[in-house]
Formats: sequence, structure tokens, C-alpha cells
Amino acid sequence: MNAQPDARAPSDRAYSDPYLAGAGLGVVLLAAFVLVGRGLGASGAFASTAAGAVVAIAPERAAASPLFSHYLEGQGPWLEWLSFELAGVMFGAWVSAKLARRLRIAVERPPALARGSRLAFAFGGGVAMAIGAALARGCTSGQALTGGALLSVGGWLFLGVAFAAAHTLAPFVRRLWS
Amino acid sequence: MSAPLIADEALGASLGAAVALGAAFGFALERAGLGSARKLVGQFYGRDLAVMKVMFSALVVAMLGVFWLSRWGLLDLRAVYVPLTYLWPQLFGGLVFGAGLVVAGLCPGTACVAAATGRVDGVFVLLGFLAGMIGVGLVLGSFADFYTSGAHGAWTLPELTGLPYGSVVAAVVVLALAAFAGAEWFERRVR
Repeated sequence: MNAQPDARAPSDRAYSDPYLAGAGLGVVLLAAFVLVGRGLGASGAFASTAAGAVVAIAPERAAASPLFSHYLEGQGPWLEWLSFELAGVMFGAWVSAKLARRLRIAVERPPALARGSRLAFAFGGGVAMAIGAALARGCTSGQALTGGALLSVGGWLFLGVAFAAAHTLAPFVRRLWS
Repeated sequence: MSAPLIADEALGASLGAAVALGAAFGFALERAGLGSARKLVGQFYGRDLAVMKVMFSALVVAMLGVFWLSRWGLLDLRAVYVPLTYLWPQLFGGLVFGAGLVVAGLCPGTACVAAATGRVDGVFVLLGFLAGMIGVGLVLGSFADFYTSGAHGAWTLPELTGLPYGSVVAAVVVLALAAFAGAEWFERRVR
């Protein structure tokens, strides 16, 4: 794909129009409601995988956890719907990047930030998001997007405070991104 | 015919749909450029408001689809799972999540996109997220009262405000259009 040069940064040039990509995403979310009566998500796949790992090592600890016990009912932690959905996400993302010739092994970071530092902050940010998503019972996909589209009070609350917190903290971590 | 079309009991069909829907979800996120941490955090520095544009467009399209399909009797709203509201843990969890988001530069879904497209930082976000889930799951029993506080079940904005479903939908559309106009104005000003 050869995009025409324009005023935007070179790295942005090849990506789709955000409104178009967003509308496409909305159609996918609507299709999920229509096909299976539930929306999209991400964090539940990790919560169920964590439940599966803990129940294999310490079953009594897993059963006592309000987070893990939820995933031990029904078909069990390894047949969680969101885990299959996320496997699909990784496949779909790979196909899209392959078609656009964007596949590249890299650590995304500003030049002034060491590779190791970026990876450490990525890991730490992941830990913090897990705490948040576990308490909120979902993340950007499951609460903000899915809950938001269904006009859930908790979904809108999560959407509002998560973005407010990120915007508020951003000036203090500017070093990580520029 | 009334949707949802696939029953929970049809596990194979349900999981097959999960993979297909996920693939389309991942494709859309990658197309939008949200597998790139530096593009994503542009939102929080006012450089690039793609995150807000993508999320709000998706939310509005799905919201309008659900509204009209249910109004036409094609979608049974009672059979659609609405995420449950627990006010206090969702308020606190949202704050911690947002802080983690601006440090990690990727949310769990977009970190999957980053990892699948070769970004090692995306892999580390996912490792941290899984480690965090194991840790929080092991200690959450001690915070069970907080975890279930402010429980309101499947609680929606029309129920909260007492306004008709259609009025809230219209208000969200107006809010989104205003946000899009504001974003375009702001980005023109910054460039």
C-alpha cells in the first residue's frame, strides 16, 4: 500500500480513517450481540487463564477467590468464550498487519528511553491494569465499549474515570513517550 | 426470528463465533493503528485523538444497532448480557486502570494486537497483565466486601435517569458528534 505523502507523521499515514475503523468495530460489536447475546472483551480471557493456572497448582486457593471461582463453574477456565475471542483478535490483527506490510519485530519507544525501561514500564502498566480490570470486572473492551453501547451505568463510570485518570497522569509520565 | 441466534448450550458454535468475531475485532483495531502504543498515547497528550474517535464511533454504531433491532423486534434485549454495575470497585478500578494504561501505552485488547504484529512491548504488557491477574485473584478474598460494594446488577442509564431509552440514545449520539467536532477543531489547531 503506497499512501500519498501528506501532513501527518509517516507512521500514521498507512492507518485507516479512525471513524471508518471505529464504525467497522461497531458493526463487529453489534454482530456479537446479535449472534451470541454478549459483547466483546479482553481481560476475562486473562482472568480465566489465571484461574486455570492457579486451580492446577492450588485448587483450594482458586475456589476461595471471588475472581477465580467464577471461572471454575460451567465449562471451566480453558473453554472461556473470551479466550477464543482473543485468539481470534491476534489472528485478525496479524492478517491486517500482514496485508498492510506492517509486521515488524520491534520495541516501540521514544529514542531517549532505553529498551529495558520501556519493557519494565510495559510490564508494570500491565500489572496495574490487571488490578483495575479485576475490580471493575472488565477493561476498555468489556466495560467501556460493550457496557457503553448497552448504556450500562458501570460501563460509563469506568470509561469516564479511566480516561480522566490517564489524561491526569499523562503529564507526569511524559518522559515515557517523548 | 429473534436474536441472539446462538444459544449458550451450543458450545462449538459459540466458540466458533468467538474466534470469527475476535478476528474481525483484531482486524479493525490494527487498521485503526491502535496496536501502536505511541499512537495510542497520543490521545493523552492531545497529539492524536484516534482512540476517542474509534471508541466513540464503535460505541455509537453498536448502540444504535441494538436500539433499532430491539425496537423492530429482531433482537431480544432480555437475552443480551449487560455488564453488571458495582459502583465503588468500578470507580477505583477505573482510576487504577487508567493509570496503568498511560504507563503501558496499550490496553489488554490492543496489547494483543501489538503482540501479534511483532511489538515486544505488547508481549510485556500481556505478561504483566496475566501476572497481575494471578496476584489480584490470590488476594481478592481479603477485599471481598469492597469487591461487591455498590452492587446494582444490570443497571442502565435510562433506569438511572428515568428517561426513555430512545432519549438517552439520542443524547449519546449528540455527545459523540460534539466530541468529534471538538476533536477535529483541536487537532487542526495543534497542527
